[in-house]
Amino acid sequence: MADVEIKDLHKIFDRTEAVRGIDLSIKDKEFVILVGPSGCGKSTVLRMIAGLEEVTEGDIYIGDKLVNDIPPKDRDIAMVFQSYALYPHMTVFENMSFGLRLRKFSKEDIKKRVEEAAKVLGISELLKRRPRQLSGGQRQRVAMGRAIVRNPKVFLFDEPLSNLDAKMRGQMRIEIKRVHQHLKTTTIYVTHDQVEAMTLADRVVVMKDGKIEQIGTPDEIYNFPRTGFVAGFIGSPAMNFIPGNIVKNKNGYSVFINKQISFYLDKEKEKKLEGLDGKDVLLGIRPEHINEKKSEDAIEYDVKIDLVEPLGMETMVYFTINKVQLCGRVSPENNLMSNNKATLNFNKNKFHIIDPKTDKVI
Amino acid sequence: MKINNLFVWLKQKPRIAFFMCLPLILMVACLIIYPFFYSIFLATLNKAETKFVGLANFLFLFKRETFWLVVQQSIFFALVAVFFKALIGFIAAHSINELPSKGQRKWRGMLLIPWVIPPALSTLGWWWLFEPTYSALNWLLEKLSVDAIPWLSETFWARFSIILVNIWVGAPFFLIMYLAALKSIPEDLYEAASIDGANYWQKLFFITLPMMKNIISITILFSIIVTFANFDIVRVLTRGGPIDTTHLFATYAFRVGIESGDIPLGAAVSLFMFPVLAVLSFIILRNVRKRTNEV
Ligand SMILES: Nc1ncnc2c1ncn2[C@@H]1O[C@H](COP(=O)(O)OP(=O)(O)OP(=O)(O)O)[C@@H](O)[C@H]1O
Ligand SMILES: [Mg+2]
Repeated sequence: MADVEIKDLHKIFDRTEAVRGIDLSIKDKEFVILVGPSGCGKSTVLRMIAGLEEVTEGDIYIGDKLVNDIPPKDRDIAMVFQSYALYPHMTVFENMSFGLRLRKFSKEDIKKRVEEAAKVLGISELLKRRPRQLSGGQRQRVAMGRAIVRNPKVFLFDEPLSNLDAKMRGQMRIEIKRVHQHLKTTTIYVTHDQVEAMTLADRVVVMKDGKIEQIGTPDEIYNFPRTGFVAGFIGSPAMNFIPGNIVKNKNGYSVFINKQISFYLDKEKEKKLEGLDGKDVLLGIRPEHINEKKSEDAIEYDVKIDLVEPLGMETMVYFTINKVQLCGRVSPENNLMSNNKATLNFNKNKFHIIDPKTDKVI
Repeated sequence: MKINNLFVWLKQKPRIAFFMCLPLILMVACLIIYPFFYSIFLATLNKAETKFVGLANFLFLFKRETFWLVVQQSIFFALVAVFFKALIGFIAAHSINELPSKGQRKWRGMLLIPWVIPPALSTLGWWWLFEPTYSALNWLLEKLSVDAIPWLSETFWARFSIILVNIWVGAPFFLIMYLAALKSIPEDLYEAASIDGANYWQKLFFITLPMMKNIISITILFSIIVTFANFDIVRVLTRGGPIDTTHLFATYAFRVGIESGDIPLGAAVSLFMFPVLAVLSFIILRNVRKRTNEV
């Protein structure tokens, strides 16, 4: 058990600067998830923490110890790879016990630990098999078992579930959560699946182009994104962005979209909008906040539905404002039809006003 | 109608396969099966090839000390040469694999040269190097104030030289096979092993070698066959001398059969290679089949 402290971390490969100044402190027992689009440097950060990649600049501390120049084996970490990286010529038992054997644990101790871990993961029956005789989900469990038996200070996961089918992924997600609640080992987890990020993490770190965009609890990241990037990246279907500009009139501020449509803004936002009169902005709103429910916070508009996408428990509707395609999320009872008019409610409490120049949320 | 039937008959898969293989089967028959049985036939004749003598040629060989010397030498030569070829090939492959990928091509190309030159020619080059008075090797030794070495005229050194040249010719084959095998080991296994706590040697013993087990055993068996049946190096360097102490089966058979004119006896010598090679080939084939089944 240990906390992890990362200070101004940089990584430069031959030409590309993959990581460009990361500061992050992770508390003991915390489950932190790094998310971001492909190529943003998540794996590189994780691999530097593991010691598989040299640090170009900056410091990494694991439990108060500066580990920059300490080889992976002495960092007391365990890592689960996307490809699982199981040793194909060893049985499951040998795979899981390899690290213990190298560290000269006694035979009985090894047996006890492996069997215990196998029980936790439900793979006791598989100990004599070889990796190629296992299904993807079973391999995944073995890879986790190999990490668990050593009882390391920190677990590192690099997209551990991305090779599994959707159903298996859901199961393993729960499994990982269970294991973490049981062992409470500090965990750093890389993914670009936002469901994993939202469900597993104590805190989510959103990265972009080698930098951190925002750090926060899943709730903060989802409801209070600080940049347009985070707002658009987290959530599926993605947040709608409607271009418009800020107009001040006697009732307060509103975002003017076109002659028919302009959205009044909350009084609360007023302070922040001071002096921004006439500014071009993006108005961000999540699909679930465009629906058929009437309320006093809602602004009503008639739109023409282009496309209806029934998903069973909800229905996505697509429509266009100012040539921008938008998505709303309505209950299936409404029986909305393509090419029909419908009245949709935009929840004005849930607007995010984004400055398109700086990408900051105002 | 008749022709149509013929086409139908031909179109069945096993038949097509058979006809496709026919040229190869004929070639094998002409170049391998026929000579093999012919040499068995030859080995049962007397020196003048006029009379059937049964196993007399074989029994005669058993009583010859030289023959047993050749047996020992062939086995010793094959085992020692293959061991070092495999070892050097492995070390070289490993070293190249650790180079940055830009430098690898250059080294791979250079180290392959001994293998692509026809061995009879390159051995001639070595023969010239081994020449006792005027050649480079002894000249170098002289500069280092070491006594000249009778490379090819003293039993120990002659055997040493032959094995050395065989290693020089054969090691690149192992290098290439092992380099390909090394490259097929996924990098993340080594990363997982580093995290599990393995040092350089432990990675070598617990990851690299087990992952290469199959290719190592197959290359070694294959190379034992080829080395055991070697002819040209001995023929060019020593012609079996001094006093037959560097003969192998093939060169001894040539000496007895062609140079001394007793073709049936020579055939008998060469037939002794057959059981050894047959057993080794059998093991290889079984190995390959097991491997394909595993995959
Ligand atoms: N060994 C390397 N040599 C050179 N460039 C590299 C190397 N590894 C990664 N990069 C580059 O560094 C950047 C970040 O890569 P990284 O693997 O960390 O991305 P990622 O966020 O994990 O992406 P993904 O979600 O696709 O796994 C990429 O532009 C990649 O091309
Ligand atoms: Mg990655």
